[in-house]
Amino acid sequence: MTGTLLSIQGLTKAYPGVVANDSVSFDIGTGEIHALLGENGAGKSTLVKMIYGLVKPDSGTMEMRGAPYAPPEPRSARLAGVAMVFQHFSLFDALDVSENIALGMENPPPLRDLAARIRTVSEEYGLPLDPYRTVGGLSAGERQRVEIIRCLLQDPKLLIMDEPTSVLTPQEVEILFETLNKLRQEGTSILYISHKLEEIRALCDTATILRLGKNVGTCDPREKSARQMAEMMVGSELQTPKGAGATPGEAVLDVSGLTLPAPTKFGTALKNVHLRLHTGEVLGIGGVAGNGQDELLAALSGEMRAARDAIRLKGQDIGHLGPTARRRRGLLAAPEERLGHAAAPDMSLTENALLTGAVREGLATNGFLRWGKARKFAERIIETFDVRTPGPDSVARSLSGGNLQKFVIGREVLQRPEVLVVNQPTWGVDASAAAAIRQALLDLAGDGTAVLVISQDLDELMEVADHFAALNEGRLTETRRTADLTIEEIGLMMGGAHDGMEVAHVEA
Amino acid sequence: MDMDSITPALLLASLMVAATPILLAGIGELVVERAGVLNLGVEGMMITGAIFGFAVTIESGSPMLGFAAAAAGGAGLALLFAALTQLALANQVASGLALTLFGLGLSSLLGQDYVGLKPVQPPAFKIPLLSDIPFIGRVFFSHDLMVYFGLGLVAAVWFMLKYTRAGLILRAVGENHHAAHALGYKVVRIRILAILFGGACAGLGGAYISLIRVPQWTEGMTSGAGWIALALVVFASWKPGRVLLGAWLFGGVTVLQLNLQAAGLAIPVEYLSMSPYLITILVLVIMSADKSRAPASLGRIFHASG
Amino acid sequence: MLKLEKRPQPSRVFAYLTPVLAVIATMFAGGLLFAALGKNPVEAIRTIFWDPLFGDFAAYYRPQLLVKGGPLILIAIGLSLGFRAGIWNIGAEGQYIVGALCGAAVALAFYPLEAWYIFPLMVLAGALGGLVWGMIPALLKVKFGTNEILVSLMLVYVAENLLAAMALGRMKNPEGRGFPGSRNLKEYPSAFNDEVFVGTGMHWGVLTAFLAVIFAYVLLSRHMLGFSIRLSGEAPRAARFSGVNPARIVLFCLGISGLMAGLAGMFEVSGPSGQISIDFNVGYGFTAIIVAFLGRLHPVGILLAGLLMALTYIGGEIAQGNLGLPSAAIQLFQGMLLFFLLAVDMLTNYRISLVKREAT
Repeated sequence: MTGTLLSIQGLTKAYPGVVANDSVSFDIGTGEIHALLGENGAGKSTLVKMIYGLVKPDSGTMEMRGAPYAPPEPRSARLAGVAMVFQHFSLFDALDVSENIALGMENPPPLRDLAARIRTVSEEYGLPLDPYRTVGGLSAGERQRVEIIRCLLQDPKLLIMDEPTSVLTPQEVEILFETLNKLRQEGTSILYISHKLEEIRALCDTATILRLGKNVGTCDPREKSARQMAEMMVGSELQTPKGAGATPGEAVLDVSGLTLPAPTKFGTALKNVHLRLHTGEVLGIGGVAGNGQDELLAALSGEMRAARDAIRLKGQDIGHLGPTARRRRGLLAAPEERLGHAAAPDMSLTENALLTGAVREGLATNGFLRWGKARKFAERIIETFDVRTPGPDSVARSLSGGNLQKFVIGREVLQRPEVLVVNQPTWGVDASAAAAIRQALLDLAGDGTAVLVISQDLDELMEVADHFAALNEGRLTETRRTADLTIEEIGLMMGGAHDGMEVAHVEA
Repeated sequence: MDMDSITPALLLASLMVAATPILLAGIGELVVERAGVLNLGVEGMMITGAIFGFAVTIESGSPMLGFAAAAAGGAGLALLFAALTQLALANQVASGLALTLFGLGLSSLLGQDYVGLKPVQPPAFKIPLLSDIPFIGRVFFSHDLMVYFGLGLVAAVWFMLKYTRAGLILRAVGENHHAAHALGYKVVRIRILAILFGGACAGLGGAYISLIRVPQWTEGMTSGAGWIALALVVFASWKPGRVLLGAWLFGGVTVLQLNLQAAGLAIPVEYLSMSPYLITILVLVIMSADKSRAPASLGRIFHASG
Repeated sequence: MLKLEKRPQPSRVFAYLTPVLAVIATMFAGGLLFAALGKNPVEAIRTIFWDPLFGDFAAYYRPQLLVKGGPLILIAIGLSLGFRAGIWNIGAEGQYIVGALCGAAVALAFYPLEAWYIFPLMVLAGALGGLVWGMIPALLKVKFGTNEILVSLMLVYVAENLLAAMALGRMKNPEGRGFPGSRNLKEYPSAFNDEVFVGTGMHWGVLTAFLAVIFAYVLLSRHMLGFSIRLSGEAPRAARFSGVNPARIVLFCLGISGLMAGLAGMFEVSGPSGQISIDFNVGYGFTAIIVAFLGRLHPVGILLAGLLMALTYIGGEIAQGNLGLPSAAIQLFQGMLLFFLLAVDMLTNYRISLVKREAT
């Protein structure tokens, strides 16, 4: 390391009601991989947006190689050598790879020359990519490559990466780390944002930890244990959820030969999915984003209808039934997207309680609504699951992510499901809410409910699931006992259903 | 019945003329929609353009000034829409309807003193040599300047969207406004410019009806051309070349039914007059199978937060 | 520099205040417009908003308020259900015409028979006609995904041509000395939509409009179907997750709004207008869109907005007679109202704050 590239001094940014960054200072060295660590809501995104010129700080200064640096817009940041790979990719589905890359460059060469350069750079860094493919059809890993190459083509001095591994298989993560190490050797600095501690310990030279908008310490991640860093990040001792340890009973949900076409142009088709779920069991389904998770949830919740006998609940065919009929029979679900799918953003919590609770909680008689009862149900969810909100009249979007997620999961849990299907139950949720939600799912299984957890967070699945299967391009692997799996096997299962099954056979 | 008056060359030539108003309005709306904005006020902007163009031509005696005023009038009305949807973040469907209702009221108020007058006709611009080619010369090369302008505009928009950086940015904004914003593009500014362009085009289309096609002023004279232009964009799957094709198709239907009316076919004229609208519905039904081409952010409200 | 900030929770106060603000702003802008036309703005505004209610001839104008407000309210209630669900029926004018044609057709078919069942049959025919006309865009949307905005609008022009064909052709009064237009239903007692209470302007259509307000109120606030409608508009994906069938909502909303518009047309042709003529429709179907928004898509709000809009029609006519204000000015005035409403509506969901740029 030779000297400081970017020096941040006392950056402060406040929004109504929250101070997102409170006088944050730290330095990023040249050729250093610098981790920015923190929980959701700790202020990582705001800080990064200030460095990239998307947000202006209220106070504080930055210096780039000793010269004042205050980008009024992303263009100036790019000119100063700052490039960014976004967490939710800033890509355009209907455009092709080279057009996407051209949009992120200041003075792109003609598209034909650009395509040639994309090929060169992508091969150089081991990130193969066809410049003429439409981005909407790419996998999550390939989409990330588009973003990375877009950055690399501009010879950045500082590369910002926001949660880059959340969409990758373990094998893809390794490839990414090789690329990043290569960049470090070439003298590029990297600001690496993550909440995955093991990754940071494996890759980063320095780590700055944010908590509630404040810098609570800069350290060498290799000298600290993951637990020590986690406690700096959360600020209290962590509680890991405990399984109730119930033994799985008889099969309640039986999915066999579930095949569905892709619901949208860039969606994923489900191909011959088989799974069996028992009472008291938690089955975890892993996989990289966009491999059929949303579609599987929709097929199980009843939003997408399937063949009659493709889905059986307690011996009854339910594949052709809609969400309401399935709820009546005890199959409940909670989709990934909280605002707009699991809950209506501008409706009150009472109305959102009614959204799925009408049948099982008796909130309507002959079609006429019983508002009093609905309100009581909402209040019960709020109380039981410690949802922080002024009351059931608040609209859903006024709640924080964690609180709304507790409400959404609580709403289903309190309806005493026979089978509960959840997708990304703790996505974008703070650690304490995540722990509470996982505990609730385990308790539910302990009481005999069959629980299906679809998640892209492997750590989460390892923590709660008795059995594990992975989705890849709409295919589901064989189910295996979580305790018997190694991380390599999981990676293979996620990387391709076929390989995963072969491994399974070899092991068995 | 007198079918002799319908000659193919004349029919095709008048088809080019009949297609021009919806071609102009349609190509303008296409640009607006590619930027991710749905402006349902095309009818209102067209009729405003029709009266602006008509009044200014009568007062000044210059059709060129008239067309310029029509473009300004259409863009002026579009500015209201832009203010509502891009700055006040109002619902685009409702704002578009408001624009149409407002435009209809405004035009009939302004047009009171112009009923029954005849505007100066712009000269037909026969392209030398080409217009002497038998048949083809009559059909394609013996029109007024606005017909050529319309064709040129389609070509320019096609080129701009496909080959220029400005076009790429416009498409990007319509495809995913959050991503475009994250890359530092000024979503609102780009959209306002697109809306103004759409308004100016609609204004020109309206003026073409009142100054050349009809040519006189009557209340509500665009009679749904703006809505047909909107349907045209769907028909074209948001592709400029197909807007031209669609405009000729609708122009053809219009000309044909008018000629059948004139020929005294044994069907009441009202049923013939329905035909362009029924054809529009039919075409919409056929085209609605393919929704994939619509810009992904079409009609969504953009508010940069944080 | 002004900046918009999204409110964490929509403001209740502004939800009620925005229509009032919009009306006030329209009065100001309208006053400017009238002044530009060389009229005394204060007098013009007074003539439009005050004279019909409290002026010298108010006794004559007040019943007109119901006569003009009735169809506006009835149509707007139907439209508001669809608008709530994000389904845009803007072809109410066409459904209104077809309802009127069907109702009149029944009457003319029975003429000159006098029987009690003729009027109920006409009501039924009017409702059915509107329903069918509204179901065309609905079925096309459900079956093929066709845009209901454009189809319903195209059908207005089809209906207008149909109306012209009927008024000049099959429905033309054989004893009309060649004038276009049908027999006058006012002179056919079994078909005449008479006042329910004499001297109030309250004909059967107005009564139906009031019933529609109550129906919509109960539906939206107390019934699962109403909840599903609102949910579909607020969050379509959440609605599907909740178990709402989107096709059913489309069919219901377009069907019911067509039915109500058809009824309005039928009550109009058999009452205040009296006959099928080329231009018997006066654009209620479009004005009702303004009424629906001005009433914030709420049944009670629509009731008030419909009466207010009726007031501008009546006041506009008076101003036309007394002050020579052109009728187009009133149309423009109504269009402005919708503009201002949409412009101030953001105050419900957003807060405007003044941001001072600090020197950094």
